[in-house]
Amino acid sequence: MSFAANLPLFSVVGCLLASAVSAVLRAKPAAWVTRILAALVAAASVPVLLLGLKTGTAVTYTMGHFPAPWGNELRFGILEPLVSGIFALVLLACVVGGDRELKRDIEPAKQNLYFVMVDLVLAALLALLYTNDLFTGYVFIEICTIAACGILMIRQLGRTTLAAVRYMIFSLIGSGLFMLGIVFLYSLTGHLLMPNLKTAVAALWASGESRTPLLTAMCLITLGLCIKSGLFPFHFWMPDTYGYSTPCSAGILSGLVTKGYIFLLIKIIRCVFGVEVFYASGIQSVLYVLGVAGMVVGSISAIRVNDVFRMIAFSSAAQIGYIFMGVGLSPELGTAAALFHILTHAITKPALFLSASRLSEASGGRKRFKALQGAAHRNPTAGAAFAVGCLSMIGVPLTMGFIAKYLFAFAAFRENRLLVPTLLALAISTVLNTFYFARTLIRVYNTRGVTPVPPVRLRTQPGYAFAAILLTAENVVCGILAQPLIEMLTKGLSVL
Amino acid sequence: MLQSLWENRIPVAAVVLFAVGFTTLLLHRNLFKKIIGLNIMDTAAYLFLTSLGYISGRKPPIITDGVTDASAYVNPLPAGLVLTGIVVSVSVTALMLALTVRLYERYHTLDLDKIYLMAKDEEEEKK
Repeated sequence: MSFAANLPLFSVVGCLLASAVSAVLRAKPAAWVTRILAALVAAASVPVLLLGLKTGTAVTYTMGHFPAPWGNELRFGILEPLVSGIFALVLLACVVGGDRELKRDIEPAKQNLYFVMVDLVLAALLALLYTNDLFTGYVFIEICTIAACGILMIRQLGRTTLAAVRYMIFSLIGSGLFMLGIVFLYSLTGHLLMPNLKTAVAALWASGESRTPLLTAMCLITLGLCIKSGLFPFHFWMPDTYGYSTPCSAGILSGLVTKGYIFLLIKIIRCVFGVEVFYASGIQSVLYVLGVAGMVVGSISAIRVNDVFRMIAFSSAAQIGYIFMGVGLSPELGTAAALFHILTHAITKPALFLSASRLSEASGGRKRFKALQGAAHRNPTAGAAFAVGCLSMIGVPLTMGFIAKYLFAFAAFRENRLLVPTLLALAISTVLNTFYFARTLIRVYNTRGVTPVPPVRLRTQPGYAFAAILLTAENVVCGILAQPLIEMLTKGLSVL
Repeated sequence: MLQSLWENRIPVAAVVLFAVGFTTLLLHRNLFKKIIGLNIMDTAAYLFLTSLGYISGRKPPIITDGVTDASAYVNPLPAGLVLTGIVVSVSVTALMLALTVRLYERYHTLDLDKIYLMAKDEEEEKK
């Protein structure tokens, strides 16, 4: 086995170690540990990705050389390193780009603890991506929940604490259901490793026995992960969670944490339930309907709020709807489109949160739309990054958002039954998206009634500038050169 | 019907407990009761898992009398899972309690709806 196959495990263990070390460091070194860690994780995923592309198969990594069914395993092909690399880059952009807000929002004595939590989030996300064992998945879901709650509640506002409580309650309901589903599945099959489970589930389904308990287990697992990722109608924790946390946390929570759960769900559908069983069970239709409903309801809610952070948060609910619509649509093209949208949203949403924070800072710290009039002229970098993010969310060509919508529509053409509803949902949701994002864009670029002030220079905000350039460049490059990425996603999906 | 319920009394009890915990966590306004509900919910899942791992007449897999035949012992995995689960639920409970303390210090109530209203007022005043 080549050396690259060790790197996923090293990444996870490295994140755990870094979080332990950060606990005794001061804020500044802890911040640098996290930055270097994220960069290293991103770099480490490259050889793993190359390995996957070269062999074209998935590697099963048995930890401690205990064979199945006793040992614990990691499994990775093309998708896992690709997604983990992009996630690590986005996390890097978040912690670098939100540096000034972190100093403002967190007590100085607790700043190093923030980075402990960020390292743990990264560790948990990597483990969720790479694991081949359902119970390990559950444990890291809980670690992810606790760490995510940590980066949320560290801002000591009343509303933030309240948002943290609500986030925890929804998350715990979700993980409780997920665990019960695993226990059901374990009692039916006697396995927890994904390949063994898949064989056992397929045999059980073919035999027709215990159909109801099997369906219940599948429903519980899917429902648990849907609640945790904020699919409509479980999205009510989103606006407060993202709106009142520090922008770095908002970016990580909306861009990465929810996506980790969705990726795990896609992996479970592929590697545990099996595509044939899952898409014959009827659960996918529920996901499709809820996804479409989320696309519309999330956007309508976003139109109705008058606070820019809450607007972006509600837009997240709509984007999660897109992803689940793709998963429900079809196992190949639809899910590939969903994966592409996972990346789109992971790259775009943090850029929007960070930029909105800088625009609001340039407007005296106010978040209402009225106060943001002409803000893009007061901070041109933030304005430009915000504009690219908005255009990507609307789905304008040359950005990732366009490719994602194109892929959803393309997938719909292969599913005759769902063609018309999918295209309609895409059209309505795009119109709604355009309405509120374009409205905000016009607002921040319109200088009527605003006395001009000298703009904030790029040089005075190096951290943010780095993040804005990194995220915007990723967005535009992946939007223009999308074909290799799509090919990797489709190929990765087939070897998942 | 009754007989099958009796034969499956442990899973039935687990499901009932899970439902009790779940509804408490979801519907109760008092934060402490929510946390208690969470613990009942988790305990139900552990009860179910433990009962799966127990086969009457078999011993825990620790060899003391030289019997190495696997059929004399139970599978240790479910117990291991329950242990892991307990660790998880302890840490989650601790976190929830910490949040509760923080909210109580600030708003002097445990009623989530009241806290929500107060937090909203607080924010309106700031604007």
